[in-house]
Amino acid sequence: MATAVVAQDKPVLNVYTYDSFVAEWGPGPAVEAAFEATCDCDLQFTGAGDGAALLSRLQLEGARSKADAVLGLDTNLTARATATGLFAEHGVTADLSLPIAWTDPVFLPFDYGYLAFVHNAELAKVPTSFAELAASDLKIVIQDPRSSTPGLGLAYWVYALYGTQAADIWADLADNVLTVTKGWSEAYGLFLDGEADMVLSYTTSPSYHIIAEQDASKAAALFEQGQYMQVEVAGILANSQEQALAQAFLSFMLSDAFQEIIPTTNWMFPAVTPAAGLPEGFATPIAAEKSLLLSADEALQSRDPALAAWLTGLGQ
Amino acid sequence: MADRSGPISARPHWAGLLAAALLLALGLGSLGAVLVWAGGFGALSNADFAALRFTLIQALLSALLSCVLAVPLARALARRHFVMRGLWVTLLGAPFILPVIVAVMGLLVIFGRAGVVNMLSGFWNGPQISIYGLSGVVLAHVFFNLPLVTRMLLHGWLAIPAEQFRLADSLAFTPRDRFRLIEWPMLRGLMPGAFALVFLICTTSFAVALILGGGPKATTVELAIYQAFRFEFDLGHAAILAVLQIALGLAAALWAYGARAPRDVAQGLDRTRILLAPAGLPARLLDGVILGAASLFIIGPMVAIVLNGVAGLGDLTSSLWPAILRSMAVAMAAMLITLALAVALSAAITARPKLAWLFEGIIYMMLAVSPLVIGTGLFLLIFPVIDPVSVALPITALINAALALPFVVQVILPAYRQSEARFGRLADQLGLSGVDRLRWVILPRLSRPLGFGAGLAAALSIGDLGVVALFADPSQPTLPLYTYQLMGAYRTDAAAGAALVLLGLTLATFWLFDKGGRTYADT
Repeated sequence: MATAVVAQDKPVLNVYTYDSFVAEWGPGPAVEAAFEATCDCDLQFTGAGDGAALLSRLQLEGARSKADAVLGLDTNLTARATATGLFAEHGVTADLSLPIAWTDPVFLPFDYGYLAFVHNAELAKVPTSFAELAASDLKIVIQDPRSSTPGLGLAYWVYALYGTQAADIWADLADNVLTVTKGWSEAYGLFLDGEADMVLSYTTSPSYHIIAEQDASKAAALFEQGQYMQVEVAGILANSQEQALAQAFLSFMLSDAFQEIIPTTNWMFPAVTPAAGLPEGFATPIAAEKSLLLSADEALQSRDPALAAWLTGLGQ
Repeated sequence: MADRSGPISARPHWAGLLAAALLLALGLGSLGAVLVWAGGFGALSNADFAALRFTLIQALLSALLSCVLAVPLARALARRHFVMRGLWVTLLGAPFILPVIVAVMGLLVIFGRAGVVNMLSGFWNGPQISIYGLSGVVLAHVFFNLPLVTRMLLHGWLAIPAEQFRLADSLAFTPRDRFRLIEWPMLRGLMPGAFALVFLICTTSFAVALILGGGPKATTVELAIYQAFRFEFDLGHAAILAVLQIALGLAAALWAYGARAPRDVAQGLDRTRILLAPAGLPARLLDGVILGAASLFIIGPMVAIVLNGVAGLGDLTSSLWPAILRSMAVAMAAMLITLALAVALSAAITARPKLAWLFEGIIYMMLAVSPLVIGTGLFLLIFPVIDPVSVALPITALINAALALPFVVQVILPAYRQSEARFGRLADQLGLSGVDRLRWVILPRLSRPLGFGAGLAAALSIGDLGVVALFADPSQPTLPLYTYQLMGAYRTDAAAGAALVLLGLTLATFWLFDKGGRTYADT
């Protein structure tokens, strides 16, 4: 009985995140233990689908949401998220290891990655650009930008490089696209089953196979014009009654205790490289000049034309 | 017995009315909640009409092929006895109750680019087939639904009283006469319903189109709804699309209702029938070829799932057991709710033939209501009152029950009608009504379809990937969610293992209930 009373006295911090973060093998369980060891609080994660579903969930709940903080949106969503007025400024200063400058006062990154086409290491002619890929007879599996975060990233990637010519590139790629899937899982599964030569995934995907499976047979194709980035962020809800605790969580998020967990559970680059460095066998970050990313506002404005180019090019 | 009310048709059926009201509240109430939140309907775009066109084409083709192919298959199954026939019939239930992603992966092992068929064809320098595009979507839908229709028709064949076939034999009917006079009327009665059912399933299925569709040309209405929710967060747009989908579903349901030939209730001796199979080598060969081809098509992908999964069984984590328990608890609850609703609705439909179209329309409508809309609407209704995650499992059970209902009613209603037609007058004379009538007259005759329906409802629920992400608690996953989580975390081998467990669990559950019903019927 006594412990129950003590537990109730502790402040509760509700953090909404995406499903895979709180899975048994995801970062969630370790992060929860590490933060609760320092905060004298009860950290409760609520999983809500993926990044886009997470934002929809917060919009549905509105000002009555019990969420104090949210972890797992990305820069494709932050402009829309800020516009809802549900978020407060984070007020945390940090020395980030990102290859790009970070100035968003509302959202703070916790990890990032680069999109890339992953293939079997034995693939003979690995394309180094979208044009080469389009000219090849390689079959690729991609994700639908309307239902998948990496899929949307790919539409931005092509749009950021080719602008008004994006639809032509997509038209050239059409005969390479074996199929389009709803999410990353299906696409990656098709690739592993040998259905396609390449799959849209991340430069860190081969790291999983190397570190967790001692399997060096996968590689990521690096394009000469660069890789599109995905930056995952966290933010504090304006209506939270636990502002100070939420801020403490965001500070903790950038400490080694949190960041060390990220590479081998989320398979992304930590936003602040831990003192011990990246694990052996992990991918290396890409040079700043080859790290492509539309700013949050550009992303919002480019969304419709980037999607239109995808739809037109692939022949709706 | 002085207080006995008049003929059964005049008696009110409150349970049936309540069940229909519950379905309406679930289907239209949730849509209403979304609409209120959005503040009105959005507008439809050209892309939406393109999606509607694709949805219609693939659903019509899928339904047509599933129904046409099911006729010879069900007939061969009904009149041939062979080793492991029972197991075969049970396996028929599998494709339909498997999570889409698991089934598709099995299908790809056979028909994929690197699949068995293309490998063999390549070995003999034959042509390569492609499973991606419209043909792939239709192939997958036929794989899911052909077994369902076959089971429905098999029940139809088995329900034909043995006397009719004996009579046909003694009158020296040709096979053509037999088909025209005995089997065709049964098919005329069942086919429109089966066709509409498959059509409806295919209109709201979007996972298949999104794996095998090959690109944005294969956009369905359900995907457009998904996009409106997630990509645009335009609930008004989602609502108008949902209405479009319901209209489509209702049109199909009403067509099926009108097209269905009135069925003579067979007057046999209330005995299990023994179907006399035509002897002779050609007929036997034909049935053999049909059964063999169907085995390759239906069992092949499942063998692939098993072979893939065995290696991954060792990689499964300790979360597997709680996941199994949660899935089973939800499935049992969903099964009980489905049966209660199905019996109540069958009673009401039988008693009020004039209102049958309305009841059946409401039941079928559940298939046309986008699961996303139900989920979001319920979330909006429940969120102000109680933490949705705390009621995740009961809500999932309720939704699963509602979604399984059209299939289960399809199975139970004909048998219910038959029991009423044959024993109703006797029960009236005995003054049996209400619960007593159900218990002593109707339910004992329904044990076979009830067992089948229970197995179907439970299995569908086990295989369901939480229709509603909004209500799922990912740290407490059900078995399909657990499988999907493994897939989403590079753990492909473990996911294949979990898929195998899922396959085994759904089949075992289905088999147990189905067997239970049949055993009871035979005693």
